[in-house]
Amino acid sequence: MTLLFILFIISAALLIVVGIYSLVATRNLMRILLSIEILTKAVSLVIIGAGYETGKMAAAQSYMITIIVIEVMLLVVATGIVFGVYKNTASIDTTKINDLKG
Amino acid sequence: MPVMILLLSGLVISAMACVMIRDLLKVAITLAAVSAILSVIMFLLGAHLAAVFELSVCSGLITVVFISAISMTRVISKEESAEKDRARRKRFILLPVILIAVLTGALFILWPHLNSLIPYAEAANAGNEMTIIWAGHKADLLGQIIIILAGVFGVLIFFKEIEKK
Repeated sequence: MTLLFILFIISAALLIVVGIYSLVATRNLMRILLSIEILTKAVSLVIIGAGYETGKMAAAQSYMITIIVIEVMLLVVATGIVFGVYKNTASIDTTKINDLKG
Repeated sequence: MPVMILLLSGLVISAMACVMIRDLLKVAITLAAVSAILSVIMFLLGAHLAAVFELSVCSGLITVVFISAISMTRVISKEESAEKDRARRKRFILLPVILIAVLTGALFILWPHLNSLIPYAEAANAGNEMTIIWAGHKADLLGQIIIILAGVFGVLIFFKEIEKK
C-alpha cells in the first residue's frame, strides 16, 4: 500500500463516521439526505484511490460515473419525497412523521 | 503530497462543517465545496472525466436541487431556532472525539501495511475509459438510462408542485 492510498482510506473512514453520526443524530429530513451524500463521497474517494493504486483508473472512472448518476437521481427523487412530506405535515422533522405508527 | 494532504483535510473539515452548520443554505454551499474539493483530488489523480462529472453534477445540480427544496420550507422563529441550535450542539458534542478515535485506530491498523513512501503509484491507465464504459459496462449504461428517466420524472413532479404552490 502506498502512503497516498492509506491517506485516502483514513479520509474515507472519517467521512463515513461523519456521515453515519449525522444520519443517527439529526432529525431533519434534508440533513439526512446530506448525510447520505457525504457517505457517497467517501465511497467515491476510496474507488478513485483504489483505481490509482492498482493502475486501473479507467475502470474506476467508469464506476465513478455510474455512482454519480445514481447518487444524483437518488437525491432528486428523495428531495421530491421530502417535499411531499413537507406538504402533508408542514414539517421535515422525523419525530413528527408518525402517521403510520401502530 | 502536501497538496493532497491539504485537500484531504479540507474535504473532512468541510464535511464536518456541512453536518454541524445550522443554516441549511450554508450547508448546501458547504456540500458544493466538498464536491469541488473531491473533483480537484480526482483531477490530480488523472481521473479527468469523473472530475468533470463530479464538479458539474454534484457541485452544480445537487446544490440547485437542495436550494430549491430549502427555499420551499418555512423560516422558523428566533426562539425556536436558538432552542434547536442548543439541541444540535448537544447532539454533535461527541463527533470530534469519535473522529480522533477513528483516526488513531486507522493509523494503527494501516501503518504496518505501508510498503512504499512514494506518494504516487506508477501511473498506468489500463485502457481508455470510453472503451471500458461503452464496451464493458453496457448493462450499467442501461441501468443508468432507466435511473435518469426516473429522476427526470421526479424533477418534473417536484417542479410541478412548486408551480402549484
